This record gives sequence, C-alpha cells and structure tokens, in this order.
Amino acid sequence: MQDIIKVTGLTKKFDRFPAVNELSFSVQEGDVYGFLGQNGAGKSTTIRMLLTLIAPTKGEIELFGKKLQGNKHEVLSQIGAVIEKPDVYKYLSAYENLKLFAKLSDKKITHQQLMDQLEMVGLAQRAKDKVKTFSQGMKQRLGIAIALVHDPKLIILDEPTNGLDPQGIADIRNLILHLSRDRNKTIVVSSHLLTEIEHVATKVLIIDRGRKLVEGTAAELFDPSQTIIELDTFDNASGLAKLQSSRWNTMLQPSREGLIVVKLDKKDTPALNRYLVENGIEILSLQPRHSLEDYFLQITSGKQHVEAFTN
Amino acid sequence: MWKLLQIELFKIYRRPRTYIAFGAITAMIAIIQLGLKVDGKEYMEFVMADLGSTFSFEGNLLNGYFVCFVLLNLLLIHVPLLISLIAADMISGEANMGTLRLLLTKPISRTEFILAKFFASAIYTLTLLIWLAVLALFVSIAVFGTDDMFVMKNYYAVQISADDVFWRYVGAFGFAALAMITVAALGFFLSLFAENSIGPIVATISVIIVTTILSTMSIPLFNAIKPYLFTTHMVTWKEFFDEKVDAENNVIKGTIENPDRIITSVIVLSLHIVAFVGASIWVFKKKDVLS
Repeated sequence: MQDIIKVTGLTKKFDRFPAVNELSFSVQEGDVYGFLGQNGAGKSTTIRMLLTLIAPTKGEIELFGKKLQGNKHEVLSQIGAVIEKPDVYKYLSAYENLKLFAKLSDKKITHQQLMDQLEMVGLAQRAKDKVKTFSQGMKQRLGIAIALVHDPKLIILDEPTNGLDPQGIADIRNLILHLSRDRNKTIVVSSHLLTEIEHVATKVLIIDRGRKLVEGTAAELFDPSQTIIELDTFDNASGLAKLQSSRWNTMLQPSREGLIVVKLDKKDTPALNRYLVENGIEILSLQPRHSLEDYFLQITSGKQHVEAFTN
Repeated sequence: MWKLLQIELFKIYRRPRTYIAFGAITAMIAIIQLGLKVDGKEYMEFVMADLGSTFSFEGNLLNGYFVCFVLLNLLLIHVPLLISLIAADMISGEANMGTLRLLLTKPISRTEFILAKFFASAIYTLTLLIWLAVLALFVSIAVFGTDDMFVMKNYYAVQISADDVFWRYVGAFGFAALAMITVAALGFFLSLFAENSIGPIVATISVIIVTTILSTMSIPLFNAIKPYLFTTHMVTWKEFFDEKVDAENNVIKGTIENPDRIITSVIVLSLHIVAFVGASIWVFKKKDVLS
C-alpha cells in the first residue's frame, strides 16, 4: 500500500511552546485514520500543517509520495478538508458556496455534479437558501460537500462532529463509512472522543501534548478479547526483570507511572497471576484496563510519554 | 488569478455591506445638491463676498461644474472612511468568518490570493468613484446646467471656460481613484493583522487622520516628512483646476499650472500602493493561519 501521508519528526513551536513535538506517523491508501487526543493535544495544529495553513518549525511532510514544500498546488488539489467549524459565506446560498469553492479546484465541475453533491449530504432541497438560515448540522454537511466536490483522494475531517446532535453524529459516521467503503477514499478524522473514532477507524493514533502516545490498527486497539493489566508489586523493578526473562516478555508494554503494564488475552489473566505468585512477586494490585476508552483517558490525563502501544 | 479575482468580486458585490458606501454617497450628494438648489444663491453670495465688490459676474456661476467641485472638496475627505469598510475587511473578515482557512486549503498560491483580493478591493474603489462621478458631475450638470467654472484659490481666482472643464474632471477623478486605491492598499495591509474587521477599519481611519494632520499643519518638525506622506498628495487633484497664463496674463486653455506637482503625487501614491501590497504579500506568505 502506498503511503498517502508520511510525517517525520514534525514539530511546531508557538513562541517556545511546542504544540506538536517530534511527531511521526504514516497513513496508507484506503485507511480511515483516527487521530485522537484531548483538546489542545496538537491534532488541529498537525492537520493545519498538513494543509499548509501553518508552517512547521521542524520535520518533514510527504503527501502522495511528494514533499509538501514545493508541491503545494499538486498536493492540495487532491485533498478535501473540513477544519473544525464548517464556516462558509453566510450571505450566499448553499449552491453558491459550493460553486465558489468548486471553482477553486483544478477540475471542471458541472451544475449536475454540484447538485449531486448537495443531494449526497441531504441539502439539495435547500440549495437556494442562504446559509445564515442553516442549522449547525446543515452547515457541517455543506462543509463536507465542499470538501468532496472535486472528488479528492484524501479527505481530512478535523473534529467533524463538533456541535452536532446524536443524529448528526450518526450521519457523519455513516458518511465516513460510505466514502471509505463505496468510494475508496483515504480519510483522516480527528476527534477528542474515542467513541466517534472506534466505529469508523481502521488505524488510530493517539497524541497528547503534541507527542505520539499510541499508534496501531483498530483491530489491535479495539480487540475485545485483549486487555491491559497494570501491576503494582512490592518491588516493581525486580518484578519487571522476572517478567522480561519469561514468556510474558513479548506482552510487556512501556511502563507508566512506575507500574508494570502487560497487554494480553483476557483468558491469560489467571495464568499471569499464577506466574507472579509462583515466582515470589508480591502483588499489591492487579488492575485490568478493560477498554481502550479507559486506557485513552488514563494516558491522556497524562503523566508520562509512551512510545508505542503495539510493536 | 483571473478565476480568483472573479470569485473575490462575486463575494464583494453579493455582500449587503458593500452597498452601504454607495448608499451613503448617494445620500450625501443628494442632500448637498438639494441644499444648493434651494439656497444656492445665498451660498454663492457668501463664497463671492470678497470678490463681489471688485468684480462683476455674469452667467450661471452655480453650474454643474462648480457644484461638482464643491462636492469633491467635501466628499473626498470622507470617501476613505467608506473604502476602509471593505478594504480593511478583506483578510480580517475572512479570518473572522472562518473562511480564510477553507480558502487556503485549496490549491491556490498565497501571492495570487493576496493580489486577487487587492485588485478586487481596487475595483470596488473604482466603482465607488465612478458612482461618485455620475452623481457629483453628471447629475449636477443635469440639475444645475453648465457654464464657465469659477474656482477660488488661496490668493487668486481661476475662471475656466466651460469647454475646457470636462477633461479636467476626467483627470481629477482618475487621480482621486489612485489616491483612494492608496487608502484601500493601506486598509488591506492592516487587515492582515486582525481576526475581526473593526480593528483594521479603525486603524486605517486613525492613520489617515494622523497623517492628514501632519500634512496640513505647518510645523517645522513635520515639514521634512510631509512630502513622503500619502495624505499630502491626496489633494493634488485640485491642481487640474488651475491654468497657465501667458505674458499678458491671458489664460492658456487646455493647460495645467503645475503638472509636475501632479506627476510627483502620482509617483508617491503609486509607490505607497506598491509598498503596502508588497508588504501584504511578504507578511501573508509567512503567516500561520490560526483562525
């Protein structure tokens, strides 16, 4: 699979504060790439750098196999984006807005194609109405129509469900699935809510304070048969050394707050417990983190940086 | 570039705010024309009070050409305020609406984007001045008729033959367009530094007020910088309404007393435009779009 996005050592500092810090990741063709992090984690700054709105302080961005710097025009013509709020010209109609932004793409887009796009997002009946009369959800759908109007290969949606009601959120989720499955688009979708991402993403990156915490496939991260155990023992250093020399070594995760972290099949939990007891490791607590949500909240409430979740 | 310019013009002329300036100019001109139509005789007696005892006047002094000159004197001070409403909103308004980031995710160069936006505000300025010309000149001619034009200067008066006036207005409006585009360029430049349009509009007007004070006050401290201030040159349009005279003190038709002053002002204003637009491109190319 071709890398659609390849980011290496990306850093952005505002004054001296690093909003994004040595971030590296790649998105492959066909991925629905979930970009997770709490508010202020650096998601929007990263996305803005991908879209040339912000210049990186350091690092490299490649899109479609080409360096972003020097190939801006060619790269951006293949991207459609909605960044945070779907702001458009309120004094123009939905159709006029769509036509205006369609003109900025390199493609010739017919009236019928514009109407088809409005139809797809459920706004064909309101095409002639001024946007100032639209609800937040309708504006969001228009923003998505604008992002898709030139049939881009890569779609970037930054917090696309912000301010939407449950039905609006479900509509966006269904649209992402439709674009991925039926139209073979590569999609990057950012959110601060795990529940929005886990239903659509094939790959997930979690960032916090501008740094990568976790990256993995959804199958790895959302596998219900897997669990994460946090162990606190009488002597964690010695306990960790014993586990590293055992069959549990491959399941060890980077330590967090001095605890030993093990990712394993749920059914192996009793066996782990038995091993600890039989090897004289005195357990103070053995705490399963049952879901990624739990894990997400734990790590992004964030005391410590973790290099990777899966290897 | 042409496509971007079309889009910018479409946006400007679809905005209700655009027509505030056209409405304001229409209202101001109509009020002044009505006042002069009703009480013009008294006004002319007041204007000619000093000369009336020395000279006798014949013909239609309160004609369309004279009224247009009065209107330009009054309005060209206020038109910059109306121009800044649009020009100072060109970038800051987009940032405020959130549309700036959406536009810049499209495959367009930032230099072309800035040039298209500046040319659009320049075209808006031109249409505003054309509207001003139609109302101030053509409507005044229709209402007050034509005759020789009488212009009061500081130490003398000029009488311009009726058949020698029209081209002077073409020149004066052309010059005024350049002066107003300079104001638009200033407002446009200042609009890069804010995310709402109020700040740049107020800043543009403040700069014009301060530099106008510096241009008009005769204080030695400021005299050295006066020639470089664009406001010093904005009133040079009046030079079109002064004629050369020959050795017998006869007026030479079709001449301008100080053409060099006009050329100097055109150069200074043009340099200001190039500087403001060049600085806008330089700043915008480096700007992080955070709105």
